[in-house]
Amino acid sequence: MNTEVLIVDNGGANIASIAFALARLKRCVRVSSDAQDVMDASHVILPGVGSAGPAMARLQRRGLDIALRARTRPVLGICLGMQLLFEHSAESDSACLGTLQGRVERLPTAPGIYVPHMGWNQLHWLSPHPLFEGIPLGSHAYFVHSYAAGIGPYTTARCEHGMAFSAAVSRQQWHGVQFHPERSGALGARILQNFLAMAA
Amino acid sequence: MRFRDHQRVGDILKLAARYREAGADELVFYDITASPNGRTVDRGWIHQVGALLDIPFCVAGGIRCIADAEAVLSAGAEKISINSPALAHPDLIDQLAARFGSQCVVVGIDSDTTQVNGLPHYRVHQYTGDPTRSRPSGRDTLSWIQEAIARGAGEIVLNCMRHDGVREGFDLPQLQAARALCTVPLVASGGAGSVRHFEDVFCNAHVDGALAASVFHSGEIDIPSLKQHLIHAGVEIRP
Repeated sequence: MNTEVLIVDNGGANIASIAFALARLKRCVRVSSDAQDVMDASHVILPGVGSAGPAMARLQRRGLDIALRARTRPVLGICLGMQLLFEHSAESDSACLGTLQGRVERLPTAPGIYVPHMGWNQLHWLSPHPLFEGIPLGSHAYFVHSYAAGIGPYTTARCEHGMAFSAAVSRQQWHGVQFHPERSGALGARILQNFLAMAA
Repeated sequence: MRFRDHQRVGDILKLAARYREAGADELVFYDITASPNGRTVDRGWIHQVGALLDIPFCVAGGIRCIADAEAVLSAGAEKISINSPALAHPDLIDQLAARFGSQCVVVGIDSDTTQVNGLPHYRVHQYTGDPTRSRPSGRDTLSWIQEAIARGAGEIVLNCMRHDGVREGFDLPQLQAARALCTVPLVASGGAGSVRHFEDVFCNAHVDGALAASVFHSGEIDIPSLKQHLIHAGVEIRP
């Protein structure tokens, strides 16, 4: 049984930064686009930069959508990777993995609110969760996105940008963060560490 | 950070670590000599910076095609910033945004100010990295900002040339004019000389970020005290 942390290679541009972040935590990292690897790894990280439609198509081409859905051990979606855990994204009107109920919508623009939402923003907790152990309320995380999931039953952290949205979600083995832990300084490192500490 | 050759990779890494420790929110690495000489940045250092930094960073200089951008992003950079190549081939913005998403694509603009009938007129310059080649591009700054956004730019860095290096404050009128029509994050560049200048540009031009180099390199402005000052002034930033 593979006990390595696996980053799903879905052609996204942020794979290197996530691998670097895990290397800083002295973790063995494997990057793979093989369905069997994705099923076997103890912890899987699903990154994603780009847009939902092409990202889902790439997963499906390699059977990775099926491998991900079949997992019973921890999965962490980052940014677009988190959005892909939901049922649907308004971005290119795409069906997603559906491991979490709900839809991903485009962030609204408003006077003084610009999209993409890029930069550091504060996290407001709604519920305590092991993923956020040791993280003080009101910490800043680094966001880069134009689409987001609203507040729902799986929301574990909340952020605001024109609307309240899910900064993080969790249901059973499925976890997602809308921000980039790999670029969120000490806060991000702690969240990755917390994820890797989850029982597999 | 402005640099030219590999000998200074050690310096780049030291500076990057220093700014990360000091609490910088984002770093931008400029190779200002890349475009005029028709070459691209040497990318070995990007990997090293990517491995070191846990805050976002952007790389600017000589990115002329999808492959250039891919190499930079896959080495760990969050964003690529394009300037002269976008002026020569505006379609590059569309291509990069379609391939990598707007959030990766920063358009940098060097803007000069002239007076026309007593009113300021803002004009885009290109090849500003080489004083012998720097010249007006024939484009109006405000319309270029709008075009860049329409083509898919996810962020605009507006460098106000008349203020650059003078340290007498950011160009508030120009940045306000840009802010009025810029629907993506806007970063002010050029003119930072004191903490007060940062407060002014956030409070009066409502920019999303303020970029500076020399005042930080020289140690004249210390990032933790700058952040304290801004928080006191009511600017919402990461402490």
